[in-house]
Formats: sequence, C-alpha cells, structure tokens
Amino acid sequence: MESHAYFPWFILLAPLVSAVLIQLFLRRSRELSATISVGAVCVSLLASVFVFFGPDTVKANEIPWIELPDFHVPIGVTVDALSKIMLLVVTGVGALVHIYSLVYMKGDESEARFFGNLSLFMFSMLGIVLANNFAMMFIFWELVGVSSYLLIGHWHTRDTAAAAANKAFLTNRIGDFGFMLGILMVWSSVGSVVFRDIEHNLRLITADPTYLTIAVLLIFCGAIGKSAQVPLHVWLPDAMEGPTPVSALIHAATMVAAGVFMLARISFLIAPSPNAQAVIMWVGIGTAVLAALMATQQDDIKRILAYSTLSQLGYMVMAIGLAAPGPAMFHLFTHAFFKALLFLGAGAIIHALHHEQDIWKMGGLSAKMKWTFRSFTAGYLALIGAPLLSGFFSKDAILAAAWQTNKLVFLLALLTAFLTAFYMTRLFVVVFLGQPRSDAAKHGHDGPAAMTLPLIILAVLSVVAGYSVIGERALGEHLWENVHKIHHGEGVGAVMALAIGAFVIGTAGGWVLYKGQAKDPILIPLFKNKFYIDELYAALIAGTQDLLATMSGWFDKWILDGLFVRGLSGAAWGTGFVLRFLQIGNLQAYAFLFGLGVVGLIYFLVFA
Amino acid sequence: MLSLIIFIPLLAALGILLGAPARKTALGAAAAEFLLTLFAFLSYDKAKAGFQFLSSTPIAPEWNLNYFVGADGLSVLMLLLTGIVTLAAIWVTPKIEKREPLYYACLLFITAGAAGAFASVDLFFLYAFHELALIPTFLLIGLWGSGERHTAAWKITIYLGLGSFILLIGLLDLYLAVPEALRTFNLIDLQKLATSGAIPAAAQSRPYIFLLIGFGILISLFPFHSWAPQAYASAPTPAAMLHAGVLKKFGLYGLMRVAIPLLPEGAKHWANLLLILLVGNIIYVGLATIAQKKLDLMLGYSSVMHMGYIFLGVAAMNTIGLSGAALLMFAHGLSIAALFAMAGMLRESRPQLALDSFGGLAKPMPALAFAFGLAAFASIGLPGFANFASEMTVFFGAYKPALGLDAKHFHLAVIFALWGVVISAVYMLRAYRAIFMGEPGKEAAAWPDPFKALRWPVVLLLAVLLIAGFAPGKFLSLVQPTFDAVLPK
Repeated sequence: MESHAYFPWFILLAPLVSAVLIQLFLRRSRELSATISVGAVCVSLLASVFVFFGPDTVKANEIPWIELPDFHVPIGVTVDALSKIMLLVVTGVGALVHIYSLVYMKGDESEARFFGNLSLFMFSMLGIVLANNFAMMFIFWELVGVSSYLLIGHWHTRDTAAAAANKAFLTNRIGDFGFMLGILMVWSSVGSVVFRDIEHNLRLITADPTYLTIAVLLIFCGAIGKSAQVPLHVWLPDAMEGPTPVSALIHAATMVAAGVFMLARISFLIAPSPNAQAVIMWVGIGTAVLAALMATQQDDIKRILAYSTLSQLGYMVMAIGLAAPGPAMFHLFTHAFFKALLFLGAGAIIHALHHEQDIWKMGGLSAKMKWTFRSFTAGYLALIGAPLLSGFFSKDAILAAAWQTNKLVFLLALLTAFLTAFYMTRLFVVVFLGQPRSDAAKHGHDGPAAMTLPLIILAVLSVVAGYSVIGERALGEHLWENVHKIHHGEGVGAVMALAIGAFVIGTAGGWVLYKGQAKDPILIPLFKNKFYIDELYAALIAGTQDLLATMSGWFDKWILDGLFVRGLSGAAWGTGFVLRFLQIGNLQAYAFLFGLGVVGLIYFLVFA
Repeated sequence: MLSLIIFIPLLAALGILLGAPARKTALGAAAAEFLLTLFAFLSYDKAKAGFQFLSSTPIAPEWNLNYFVGADGLSVLMLLLTGIVTLAAIWVTPKIEKREPLYYACLLFITAGAAGAFASVDLFFLYAFHELALIPTFLLIGLWGSGERHTAAWKITIYLGLGSFILLIGLLDLYLAVPEALRTFNLIDLQKLATSGAIPAAAQSRPYIFLLIGFGILISLFPFHSWAPQAYASAPTPAAMLHAGVLKKFGLYGLMRVAIPLLPEGAKHWANLLLILLVGNIIYVGLATIAQKKLDLMLGYSSVMHMGYIFLGVAAMNTIGLSGAALLMFAHGLSIAALFAMAGMLRESRPQLALDSFGGLAKPMPALAFAFGLAAFASIGLPGFANFASEMTVFFGAYKPALGLDAKHFHLAVIFALWGVVISAVYMLRAYRAIFMGEPGKEAAAWPDPFKALRWPVVLLLAVLLIAGFAPGKFLSLVQPTFDAVLPK
C-alpha cells in the first residue's frame, strides 16, 4: 500500500485512541486528558492536510467487517474532493474548538470526560466523512448521535441538560428509522451498500422511479434528523444546554452539516428523482424561513444562533434539492467558520459574564471585550451576507440556484436573507452597543490567548473563505464547476442586487428598532413560542406513545397475565394448592414436574 | 472436551451439596467452565466447519439412545456464552444467608443443563438437559427470590412446564413424521434425512407449530411472555443473569437447530403467524416496557422485547438472518446479564428499584453510571457493541427473506422492528436519566459505589460485547456454515 493510503486511517484512529485512553484510564487526570485530546485532533488535522494535498483518488483500501453471502460491509475510506474539504472543515474547526475548550472547560470537575467525549465525536464525525458505504456511514452516524447525546448531557446534574440530551437522541433516532429503511431498499434493489457499486449499477434502481423516490426520501429522513430540518428540528435549540464549545463544533459547524454532506455524497442517487428533489427543496426552504422567524424573538444568545443555524442548514438542504450540491457544500464550508466563530464568541461572552445568556442582560460589550467584539463582528457580517465577506458569496450561489429553478423558492430564500440580517443585527446591537444592563456586563473582559486566538483565526477565515481562490481550491474542480456555472447563469445580476437589498433593509431595520432599547419593543408570541411546535409534539407523544404504553402495560398486567394466565392455570391446578407447595419449596414437587416430562418420553420410547 | 464442559459444573454442584466450600468450589468450576468454553471456541476449526469434538456413548442400545455430544460453530458460540455468563453470574453472587450450598448447586445445575443442551447432538439429551436446567431456576426464584417470589415462581413453573410439555409433543411428532424405518434421535442423521426430503412437506406443519409454541413459550414469544418480566424481577440476580442470558436462548437455539432445518416447509407454512407474534414482541411489549416504573421489570420486559429481533432473523430463513440472529443471541445474553448484574448492585441501596426513587447517581457512583451506560447503549443497539452489528444483519436478512416467503410481509415486519429501535431508546434513556442524571439527593450522595468491588464480571461481559461489536465478521463467519449447510438451496 502506498504511503498516502495510510493517512485517512491516521485521521480516523487518532481520536479513537484518545477517546478510549481517556474514557478507560484517564478519567481523573484532567490535564493529561485534555493534552491527549488536543494532540489527537492535531494529528488528524495534519493528516487531513496531507490527504488534501495528496493525490485525488487514493487507491481503495478497506477491511471486511461483515462478510456474508450477498451482504458485504467493508470498513473503507473514500478520498475525493467532497471528503477532502469536509476533512479540513471538521479537523480545522475541531482543532480550534479543542484549543478554545482548554480555557473554557478549565476547572470543570469532569473535564476529562468532556475531552474524552469530544474525541469520540471527532472519531464518529470523521468516520461519516470517510465512509465508502451506507452501512459504515450509518455506524458512524449513530456514533455521532451518541457523542452528541453525551456532550449535550455533559452537565448531567442539570435536569434541562438531561432532558435535552434525551430529546436530541430520540429525535435523531426517528430520522434514522427512515435512513435505515432507505438503505435496506437501496441494498435490496442494487445488491450492495457500497457507494461505488451503487453508482455503477444505478440503472437497477432508477428503473423504478417510484421505488427510487421512496428510497431517497427515506434516506433523506436521516438528514432531516441530523441536520435538524423541519419537522425534526426541535432538538437543536435545546441542545444548547451543552457547553458552548460543543455548540460551536457539533451543533453548528460539523455534526448538523453531516446531513447535507450525506446528501451531497449520494447526489448521484437524488439526481434521477425530480420528485425527491422537490421534497428536499421544500423541506429546506421551509426550515430556512420558519427558523429565521423563530430567531427574531429569542432572548438567549445561544438559542438565537441555534435558530440561525437551522435556517442556514435549510439553505444548504434546499440547494441539494435544487440539484446544486456545489453551492450547498460551499455554504457549508463558509458557514462552518463564521458560525463556529459566532458560537465561540458567544461562549467568550458567557464565560466572561459568569454564565449569563440573556442578551437583555448584556450590552455595551464592544468596549470591554475588544477582540471578542472585533472577531464577532466579522462573523456577524459574514452570516448576514455583507458584500465581499465569505457568506455573501456562498449565499449568493444558493440564491442564484433558486432563481434559476423556482422563483417562489427564491423569494422565500430572499425573505430568509432579510430576516437573517434583521435578527442578527438585533443580537449585535443589544449585546455589544448601548449601556451594560447588568453588573456582570459591566465587568466583561476578553478571555486569555487560547480563547481569543481561535476567534481571530476563524474571523480571518470568515472574511476570506468565500473568494474563488480559496473556494475553488477547497471544493475541488468538480464541485466548483457547479458553483461557477450557477454564478454565471441567468439572472445573477438581479439576484445579487436583491440580496444586497435584503441585507441593507434587514440590517437597517434591526438597527433602527433595537438601537438604545432596554427591552424588546416587539412581541410576537407565535414566533417567540416557536410556533408552539414543542407543545404540539408533547401533546402528540402524550396522546399516542404514552397512552399506548400505559394501555399495553395495563393490558399486560391485568388481562394477559392477570386474567388469562392466572385464570387458566388457577382453574387447572387450584391456586391454593400450588401456592402451598411452592411455599415449602418442596423439591419433590419440582422433581415431579420434571419427571412428568421424562416419564412421557420414556413411555413413548417403550410403547411406541 | 465437551463432556468436561458439561460435567465439571455438575460434579462441582454435587461436591458442594456434599460439603465442599460452596463459593470457592463454584467460582473455581465457573472459571474452569469459562476457560474450557473459550478453548472450544478458539480451537474449533472454522475451515473444516461441521460438527467437531464428537463423542458418543450408548446409553440404551435397544432404543438406539446415545449420549452423543458434538459442536459446530453455532454450538461453540452458545457454549462460550454459557461460560462467560456463568462466570460473571457466580462472581457477582452476594453473600447468601440461607442454604448457601443449595444456592450455588442450583446455579451450577443451570450451567450444566444449558451446556448439555447446546452440546447435544441427540434430541433426547437436548431436551433432557434443558429440563435439568429449568428446575433449579424455579427453585432459585421460589426460595431466594424477592418481592412476589411465590407468585413468580409458581407462574414460571407452570408456564415453562407447559412449554416443555408442548415442546415434547412437538419433538415426538417430529420423530413420528420420519418414515418408520429411518426414525432416530440423532440430529446429524435427522438432518441428512431432512435434506434428502425424507420428511414429507405435508407432515411438517403440525410438528412445527408444536415446536414453535413450545420453544416460543420458553423464549417468551408474544403472547406467551408474561411469565418473564416478573420472574426476572423476583429472581436472585445470578439466576436472572443465567436464565435471561443463557437458558432462554435454548428455545431460540432449538428453533435454529431443530425446527427450521428439519421442518423448513412447516416453517414456511407458519411464517406469517410468527411474523405477527414477533411484531407483538417488539411493538406491544416494547410499549409495555415504556410503561414500567421499576428497573427490574423494565429490564425483564426489554429482554422479552428483544427476543422479537432474534425471531425476525430466524423467520427470514436465510443465512444472513439466521447468522445475525445467532450473534444477536450471544450479544443479548451478554448485555442483559450485565444489566441484571448492575440492577442487582442498585438493589442494595433501593430494594424496590422504583425508577423515581433514584436520581443523580452518576455523581456518587461514576463507575457504575459509566458501565451501566455502556450496557444500556449495547442493549439499544448502538455501534461498537455486538448488538448493533447483529441487529443490522438481522434487518438485512429479513428484508430479503428466503424464497417461498412473502417479502412484502417481511418488509412490514422490518418497518415495525425499526420502529422498535426508537421505542427501546425511549425506555432505556428514560430509565438512565431517572437513575443517574439530575441532582443526587442528600442521602444518595453518600452511597458508596457498589461497582468498585464487583466490576470485573461486568467488565468481562462488556469487553466481549465490544470485541464482537468491532469484529462481528469473525463471529458471523463462525456460525454461517451451520446455516449454509442446512438451509434448503
């Protein structure tokens, strides 16, 4: 095996080794655990860089995991443009978040567990990226769910964290229910779970368009769960109960992008099914609009960012539905930087303000937290699509793709862009400008270098990542061509003008409404209460699952067991008698029962 | 070799009853059992496949009855399970105040009976060994159980007695289905007869339904499952581990070894019934599991529920499904034993095991919380553990069932089974949260971690689950030839 073939395995194994070491042996050594975990992510990052600059296709190397007739599951790696860019994003942002966590989690009594779980997450996420087949992807997909559960529930003595962890896990499992079913359908039709084989034998499944559409949409369910699309979006805002570095890495930059990545990975399966594409597009734009509306009325800084993440993921999913995987991955790439930056910036504020998360208790932080403010500004501008920053270019590509396919979708996407500018300006103005609205806010201060440095690096990336010099190199020829084509397609001038208009109006609106306000001048209960979807689900679960569970439990105890079994056997033997001989623990009685069986057999042997 | 595996626990049990130091002898025998089964597992020649370690002693030549033992891939896997769970169960046994020798003897009898059943190549002994293992289970629950132990013991005795009886009828009916001149109890010969078509298709469906119900009762097939949760809740911890972990697998083993290979046409005839019942195991029992408010009952119900997945692999009647089901038996046995072992540790502080009486135990008992979390993850089928790999294999197998089965019905069953995966996450995470998460009460904060003293048996169980979870291919390829050889082409 050529030496290049080893690098993907280093990427994958370094965090696994770290996770195992920490979980099993180092739960009490906080500093050593942190060092090992950071070391592991650096190894992965280095190896990812080597892979990125290495040859385009590394010769397939895989080990068999399950080998049964007609059912082969290898553990193997794919190295192509798609996995290369994703590797860089995951290990790059991952390394920065690890370093940042050294400060953020210092003094936490379970720091070792935190870093162990962070390494577990890196392993799982990189496994999704490298997977060369559906089954392997599903394995790591589930593991990402586990590590997310563990990290959301890191502060498990808090009831809200425990609830959020469970909710995240279960919501994802509902999505995975469809995902697995979709995988089974594809396998049943094509006879393999390996992406390469499926692509080669695509006609086996495209022969029946309805079958293909159902299979693709079931697989899409997995993405709906993981990328928190409507209607399975409810877990992501609650997931903010986890430590902020986790929110930045997992619930903004990487894990939630896994759904988009997976869809890009199987775009060859989606492309032949226009109906599936339409559904994906509408789910994406629906999420984008709804989440942006919810974001306008939230008061918790992390939740605002969480809804913003939902909304931006909606853009990416929509782009997949528009047959534009290039722009989707482009936006995933830029979004990872500025959203991680915004979360880490928010974390710096929360850290400085002693765990205050309510934006109305902040204010005036621009003077107190200079570096945080400067870097946050870069992320803020990139997110709302300020011209010449990274988000502007990647969002523009998605908007153009919408324009070229469906004008109504384009209008909704434009509305989302306007809302994004609006709610982010609200956040920015309330948090950084004006007067401090609490004691804590008066004493805000920048964190130490290990905290500020990642912010600055991410800020630089948020500014420059959208330029084609970087974009083209990062996305690779094939994906970039897709972006390029859309960028030079029909109506790009109008799209750009309208996008800038939405940005200006949204920003101005937010500025005018919120400048100098001490509390929110607007109250829209529907948005503030997230369209009452959580309440609806709670009622739904209580009305179906819990009710059915109680009924089954009751039926089992009183009817099936109580009446039926006890009644029948009671009538046959006489309860009192049986009870009595059991109470004495009469060995002979048991021997008698056993004997019945043997006697029966012997009788038969002798006389038959 | 196999005889040693069967007779060491038997002799140790007799020795204990005659006055040998109970715990030491039992632990020694369990360790020997574990090493021997491990040796059998490792020294089984995969390349040759088929039955190995054969040995036969005539018992009653005039009836052609032989003590005949041998093991193929499926048997050595089940024997290894027996060895591991026996060692763990005897290890975690707490101090016994009342009739200690009899207690340990009972545990060893269960082991001997289970090992004998898995190693027998003769139908008579297969059945008799299982009966040998059942009686001590009843005794353990009736004499040393907790809670409503008398009701539980009474119910399991009658229920499983009935199951064994129906099973016996089924076995006899199977025996009679073979033309008179060829009748035998020898499983290898019977298999040859079945493969050559000596058991007419029309004569297969009656014995099969008896076997299905008989074995089914022993496996807690819906709706014959209601003995199980209460029995496990009342049983002393090691008895619950041995029965749920090992002995209950006898019924499934019987389906894989006897019912499906010898009566394939009968199995096809009743396939839809089995599908309906196994969906009952997964959905109905799964929902009932959510409703449980005590940890022991919840684990008992969950164990019943998971039988549904093994049935699903068996029902598919193909190599993928059956191999997955075999590995799932192994995985389930280890994970449920680990969970019962840890529930036993929790019982020390909260005898009732009511879920709402716990809370926040992760703080005073971090090691137990960690290990329980791993076992819970294993049991709800998360990757890394053998349960995931085998469940996934079962899903694939069931999605493309053997020829002659209705794939549409299987698709429907797979959909239910996949939904069951969501259900099992609901109850397991709920229980985990109730016990370990949240702020610990004042009193709980002072509880010592019971896991420290008893960690090795649980570590053993979890370690094997992880090994088989990382390299399921090795285990699946071990059992695959067993099924390849007997399934109709």
